[in-house]
Amino acid sequence: MLLLVLLLTILMLAIFLGFEIITKVPPTLHTPLMSGSNAISGITLVGAVISAGQHATTAAAIFGTIAVVMATINVVGGYMVTHRMLGMFRKKG
Amino acid sequence: MLNVTNPMLLALVESTEQALPMWALIAYLVASVLFILGIKGLTHPRTAVRGNLMSAVGMFIAVVVTLPAVLGGLGWGLVIGGVAVGGAIGVVAATKVQMTAMPQMVAIFNGFGGGASIFVAWAELTATGPTQAAGSQMLIATALAGLIGAVTFSGSFIAYGKLQEFKIFWNPWVLPGHQLLNAVLGVAVVTMAVLVIAYPGGAVWWYIPLVIIALVLGVTLTCPIGGADMPVVIALLNSYSGLAAAATGFVINNTVLIIAGSLVGASGLILTAIMCKAMNRSLANVIFGKIDATKSVSADDIYAGKIKATSGEEIGMMLDGVQRVVIVPGYGMAVAQAQHAVRHLYNELEARDVNVEFAVHPVAGRMPGHMNVLLAEVDIPYEKLIESDDINPSLDTVDMAIVLGANDVVNPVAREEDSAIAGMPIVDVDKCRTVVVIKRSLSPGFAGIPNPLFALDNTLMFFSDGKEAVEEIVAAVKEN
Repeated sequence: MLLLVLLLTILMLAIFLGFEIITKVPPTLHTPLMSGSNAISGITLVGAVISAGQHATTAAAIFGTIAVVMATINVVGGYMVTHRMLGMFRKKG
Repeated sequence: MLNVTNPMLLALVESTEQALPMWALIAYLVASVLFILGIKGLTHPRTAVRGNLMSAVGMFIAVVVTLPAVLGGLGWGLVIGGVAVGGAIGVVAATKVQMTAMPQMVAIFNGFGGGASIFVAWAELTATGPTQAAGSQMLIATALAGLIGAVTFSGSFIAYGKLQEFKIFWNPWVLPGHQLLNAVLGVAVVTMAVLVIAYPGGAVWWYIPLVIIALVLGVTLTCPIGGADMPVVIALLNSYSGLAAAATGFVINNTVLIIAGSLVGASGLILTAIMCKAMNRSLANVIFGKIDATKSVSADDIYAGKIKATSGEEIGMMLDGVQRVVIVPGYGMAVAQAQHAVRHLYNELEARDVNVEFAVHPVAGRMPGHMNVLLAEVDIPYEKLIESDDINPSLDTVDMAIVLGANDVVNPVAREEDSAIAGMPIVDVDKCRTVVVIKRSLSPGFAGIPNPLFALDNTLMFFSDGKEAVEEIVAAVKEN
């Protein structure tokens, strides 16, 4: 229960922080912000690695491995596509 | 050092110490800071590239420090294999995708993020087993991760299908009693969630119908939403994938998942709000409402005898001697892949001392910032892209406005109170001296209402494919 309160505190602070740091986003960066933050949501990969790696049961290992594949696509693809897009914006700068 | 008499810290340490060493937890803190700085960087043009790299480094750190926890045994091979397969798919997809297909790509990546949450929560559920009674926090979080993850997964793939313009998605699907169906599915999914939480012994079985119903719900929620509302949907699904990751964080008591997930959830919601504001509609209206053409005006009444068709040659002649041209791009430019032709037109006109600007409406296209990406791809300078609010006051000094594949965002009925799109901010192209509308036909835009702009005295219609039309204009300009 205490742990839950602690984690909920972190959750609330992070949500407020998220709203505060993203102030005025110029329209040019709408897509990169979206795809870049999308890559961050692939953080589930950490959970997937733990599930697949601990190999607690066969089912957990299978589900964990599927999650690793999915989350890695999200992470690798997301960061690369964002970088590619930002490269197009930058070459004129 | 840690004050282990503090019960809160003690709880955190006890819950995680079997799985992860203290230095890994500290590394998660570093990764969290990098994500925060990374997202902050992504909101300013100068720091965007660095921001994205910082967040990538944060991700790398978070994953690498987790690996020792799984060292040894078969698990190690599964992780490496999974990362290799997923990484290869991600690299190929990210390098091969065309800029015009970017909304679909983002939708798919997003869907996989949601899918990963479903499976992590499921894996944890099976690993806990009925004997070690899972705590209610874990069960609630599991239900939420499965629910949000599944809606994100199926919703994103439907969004992908719509954006890819698969034939079955050409018209928004609306079943009879669609709202009722959504309500029933909503109740069913909540019931399953309650069963997961209330019966820890059977949670692993109740989780399956929970996910299946949530997958169906993702489909029924996304299907009726029309193409022009896609920027809202994509931004919202982006937010969901973050929330799913945060819920997964509660399943495995992992702070970095909670922090990173919340940041994404917040940023997605901000983008969603920006998109809704640009259409003067509420989020509920986008998701549940249909645009009602209450005051239905027949297209024939508006268009009859007033439409003047033009040709590339005529436009080329008119462009001789103009000083200021504004191009209003829309989704039609993306569909026709006309951005390279637009670049040629821009070059030709700028070489003739014409000031060419682009009026970009926030919801033009199918994702937030869609037009900006396409125009950046063809090296149109950043300062030439002007938001509609900023360019509207000076549009009466514009010699020619070229509307390329946009419709509702230039429809002057938005200024009338009783119209279906009343109050939606638009680009006031009707104030320009001449308006050229490049469009295949007089068919209405997403809002399903005729556009009186086409019938104005100063409007000329160029009925053609966007790319061919612009190429014809370029050829005509070159001849002059």
